[in-house]
Parts: sequence; C-alpha cells; structure tokens
Amino acid sequence: MMQKKLNQKAWFLVLPVFLLVAFSAVLPLMTVVNYSVQDSFGNNEFYWVGAEWFEEILNSSRFHDALGRQLLFSGIILAIEVPLGIWIALSMPKKGWGASLCLVLMALPLLIPWNVVGTIWQIFARADIGLLGHTLAAMGIDYNYTQNATAAWVTVIIMDVWHWTSLVVLLCYAGLSSIPDAFYQAAKIDGASRWAVFRFIQFPKMQRVLLIAVLLRFMDSFMIYTEPFVVTGGGPGNSTTFLSIDLVKMAIGQFDLGPAAAFSLIYFLIVLLLSWVFYTVMTARDAEAGQ
Amino acid sequence: MAEIHLQATAHSYIANPKEPADYALKSLDHVWEDGGAYALLGPSGCGKTTLLNIISGLLTPSEGRVLFGDTDVTHRDTADRNIAQVFQFPVIYDTMTVRQNLEFPLRNRGMTAADIKARVDEIAEMLDLTDRLDDRAANLSADAKQIISLGRGLVRSDVNAILFDEPLTVIDPHKKWQLRSKLKALHRQFGFTMVYVTHDQTEALTFADKVVVMFGGEVVQIGTPEELFERPAHTFVGYFIGSPGMNFLPASVDGTTATVSGQQISLGAHYGALGNDQVEIGIRPEFLKLSEGDSATIQSIEDLGRHKIAKISFQGHSLSALVPEHQSITPGPSGLIFEPERTLVYQNSHLVTGVK
Repeated sequence: MMQKKLNQKAWFLVLPVFLLVAFSAVLPLMTVVNYSVQDSFGNNEFYWVGAEWFEEILNSSRFHDALGRQLLFSGIILAIEVPLGIWIALSMPKKGWGASLCLVLMALPLLIPWNVVGTIWQIFARADIGLLGHTLAAMGIDYNYTQNATAAWVTVIIMDVWHWTSLVVLLCYAGLSSIPDAFYQAAKIDGASRWAVFRFIQFPKMQRVLLIAVLLRFMDSFMIYTEPFVVTGGGPGNSTTFLSIDLVKMAIGQFDLGPAAAFSLIYFLIVLLLSWVFYTVMTARDAEAGQ
Repeated sequence: MAEIHLQATAHSYIANPKEPADYALKSLDHVWEDGGAYALLGPSGCGKTTLLNIISGLLTPSEGRVLFGDTDVTHRDTADRNIAQVFQFPVIYDTMTVRQNLEFPLRNRGMTAADIKARVDEIAEMLDLTDRLDDRAANLSADAKQIISLGRGLVRSDVNAILFDEPLTVIDPHKKWQLRSKLKALHRQFGFTMVYVTHDQTEALTFADKVVVMFGGEVVQIGTPEELFERPAHTFVGYFIGSPGMNFLPASVDGTTATVSGQQISLGAHYGALGNDQVEIGIRPEFLKLSEGDSATIQSIEDLGRHKIAKISFQGHSLSALVPEHQSITPGPSGLIFEPERTLVYQNSHLVTGVK
C-alpha cells in the first residue's frame, strides 16, 4: 500500500464552494428555520414558540386541501406528459430535415418564459375574446375558467402539457438516438413484435433519461406557481390554489411569517421525500443487477 | 439448410442509380454452398455489409433475386428466412437473463414452453452456457454477449445460414482467437453455412474455406486462401492479402519476357503481345530473391525476428522482398531475381493467364 501524506491544506480548495453554498442556500434556509420556531409582532421582536407553527400547519385543513390539489395536479401531469412524451419521441423521424424541424418545434415552448406562457393561455382561453374559449363557447360548451373549477383545472393542465411535454420528448428522443441500428436488425431477425421492440429494447435504453424526465417534471409541477397564478390566480374560489400559491398568500398576503416558514420547510421535505421515492423505485432494477 | 443463390443481385442506396459508381453492390452471381465457411473480405465501404444484409433480408436488393434452395426469398421478411446474424457490437436484451435471451426468438414464434426449454437447454449445452443461464445478460463480458447473440440465432431449428458482421471487433485480443476457434469447431461439428464479414485478412484466412474478396462494390476474387495468395485475380487482392502486399511494376510484355524500364524479366508462361496499355507484372515479396549484382539497391531493412523485409529500389520503383532471417544483407547495391513461375501479369488490374 502506498502511504498518503495527510494534507489539511486541501480544505482551502473547498472553501470557495463552501462559502458560495453557505450564502446562497444554507444561510437563507437557516433564516427560514429561525422564523419557523418563533412568533413576531413587528419591531423585530421574536418569541420562542417551539413546534407550534408546524403543528398548526400540519393540522390545518387549508394545508391539507392545497396538498391534495398539488398531489392530484402532479399526478395528472406525470400521467399525461410521460406517456405522451414517449409516444411523440417514438413517432419522430430519426434523421433528415424532418428530425431537425421536429426538434426545433419541440424546443419552442421550452424557450418561452413562465409568465408569458401564463398570459398566452389566459388570453387564448378567455370565453369572450380568446380563440379557444370563444370557439368552445360557440360550440355550445359551457366553458369559463374564471367561474367553473373543472374548466380552470382543464386549462391549467393543458397549459402545462403544452409547455413541458417537450422536455420529456427531447430527453426520450436523446435516449432513443443512442440505440445502435443493430438492435433493431437483431430484433427483426428474432421476429420481435413492435411491442416487444419497445418493451425490451427502447424502454430499457430510455430508462435512465426517463428517470431524469420524471424527476424534473415531478419537482417542477409540484412547485408550479407562475402559470396558474397568471391564468386563474388560484381560483375560482380556492380550486387551483396549489401549495406554492397558498404559501405566497400566507407569507406575503397575510404576512404570517412563522406559519409560512413552517409551511416552507414542510413543503421542502415533501418534495425531497417524494423525489427520493421516485428515484428509489425507478433505479430498483439497476441496483438488483449490481450496476 | 439450403444453398443460397444470388442471381444478378445488385444494390444501390440511391433511388435511380445510373452509373456503376452509384451501386454499393455491383451485379453479382454466386452460389453459397450448403455447409460452406465463407469469409467476405474487403476494406471499409466495399459493400460487404450490404451483401450480408441482402442475404439476411434486412435489405431488399434493388436488382436481381435471392434464392434459398429453390425458393425465391427476395421479398421475404428476414424473420421468415431462418437466418442467424451476429453483429459488430454484441446485441443482447439487457433486461433479460441469458435464458430469456435465448428463449426470445422462440417465444416470438409461439412455441410451447416445453419445446422452448428443451431447445434452449440443447443450445446452451452446445455453447457452454449451461451454468450461466440464469445470470443477467447485461453483466457479461463482450465475448460472452457475442456467444449469446449467436445462440439466439441458433435456437431456431433449421437455421439456413449464420452470418457474422465483423463479430470480433470489440473482443479483447486474447479472447479473439478463442472465439474464432469456437466458431470453427461449431462449423465442423454441425455443418452450418457460415458467412463471415471482416476486413482482417488473418481472420478471413483462418476462418474460411473460401474467401470472397470485395473491392468497390464488386467481388474481385473467390478462392481458397492458397489461391488468393498464389494467384491473386486482381491487383487489389495481391495488395490487400499478404504482409507486406504484392509488388506491382508497370511493364510491357511480349511473349515470355516483360520489360521494366529497359530491364528484361523472364516470365513462366507465354503471353503474346499485350502492348503497353495498363500492363503490370506482380510478384509477392516472398518470391523476390536477392543475389550478387547491382541491378537494384537495398534502401532499408526491417528485422521482424522470423524474417527480414528489405525495401528495394529497382529502376525507380520501390519493392519489398522477404529475406530469410539467417541471410545477412546490408543496404547498398544488390542483384534481384524474379522467380519466373511466380511473376504474374496483370492488365487493367485483372490477372492475365498465359500459355505454358
């Protein structure tokens, strides 16, 4: 064995990153932790309240409702965008100008800022002047996202599908492009059906990028704020008030800093926990294979 | 199993081919005999893989027919042809075990579970895979993966031919020899028709009974390794096979004499008057002997241990000669003897047969 000399100077090399992370993430997070265990009445006076805010948030029906809506929203988003993204990636041309054209078209929605997407759909879906809303109204369908909760949900979901399915498509397409032709030729020789080709060649090769796609789409949809805020403002009523919208109302609208801080920490832990669950489940087979 | 006939088979990747250069494979008539071991040898881009894919049915030729025995299979699906093909990179189904990989083609054809098990066990026995059947295929080494992809072809009963597309490219050098011997042994034992694509002459010559040499989309010679070495039908064969390749010198030939820049060289046969048009004489470095004299100059010597290679300048042309290890030579003037029986004549790159 080679003897390595212990050199404590190496810590200095880590110092810049350490400071950067400390100021950008750890310190703000600690402030939030600080707020979450105290009460304040202004004048910079704080009183220790322990876990009281956490208990309040965890027992409040307002939080339960928002969490329920958020889980339902992310669930629907994943259930639509992942299969749809895979399907589009599979149907895209493999080479030639068609492939380039599709890639550009797919990338377009991703380049538009969140609040612009919200504004586009807010106008597009209006029953009086919007192309979509007006057309639906003309067809005799009762569609008004400012009054009808179902219409509001449908609008927000379609908007997210339009905005983010491309991400799944692009990731899956990259995964598919990495499969050598020989795999398809071998499958032909083996007499594999279209479904078997997908199940045993394309899907396994896409799995790694799919993991990334699912994690990104889960986290982003679970933290969604701007687009529904612009389109529905959380309404009608509270029907599209997702966790982040609720949190902002609490922190900035009502200025309940303590409960809002506790809310933030619980929110953060839920995202972390669910991401970990997705990751563990989706890499279970690789772990089994010892990879 | 059946003979495979190619009848005027040609292929172009361009929709409306006009000139010969548009064809990736130029018109070819050939019969692959049942049970033969063939190698398709040639540089990259010469049409080897195109020819192979036409046989396996991955490509439909733009012209001509493909027959298995008496059946025309030109437009048949590749799955119906009972062809096994092993590709350059090992193709295995990552999520499956070795056994499931071997079962896959049989399942797709709707065989019963009992038949599948019997057949897979038999093939696993044949390829020495029995004790690995329940391992995950993804974790195996490249050579084991190649064996599995071969096995997936073999499990189907009544395999017409096994096609190999440069199967040893990604295999470690010390395993290459092992795998090649294994293929050879399988061929001897079971008598499958095998077609083996490679650009490595050693692989081709050790594997095959008959080597098909391709160049620019054309088959330039089909022969035993010995024929390719002793009588290359095309200058490309002479140059491609052998190390170093054959020496060629522009010459004019009249009767039994060739003239290279005024120097006369006698030939082993009578050729009549060929004129000066694209005529060359060719001789292998093995048959070029050094002697007393000063008609040529030895420029450099490479000692390879078993023998030496002398680079020689002769009438402004550079030649290679193989010199036995024990013969001592030094750079400088030397005589040069062309063995008449071994000196061949080529016109427009093709071998000219003389009259004895």
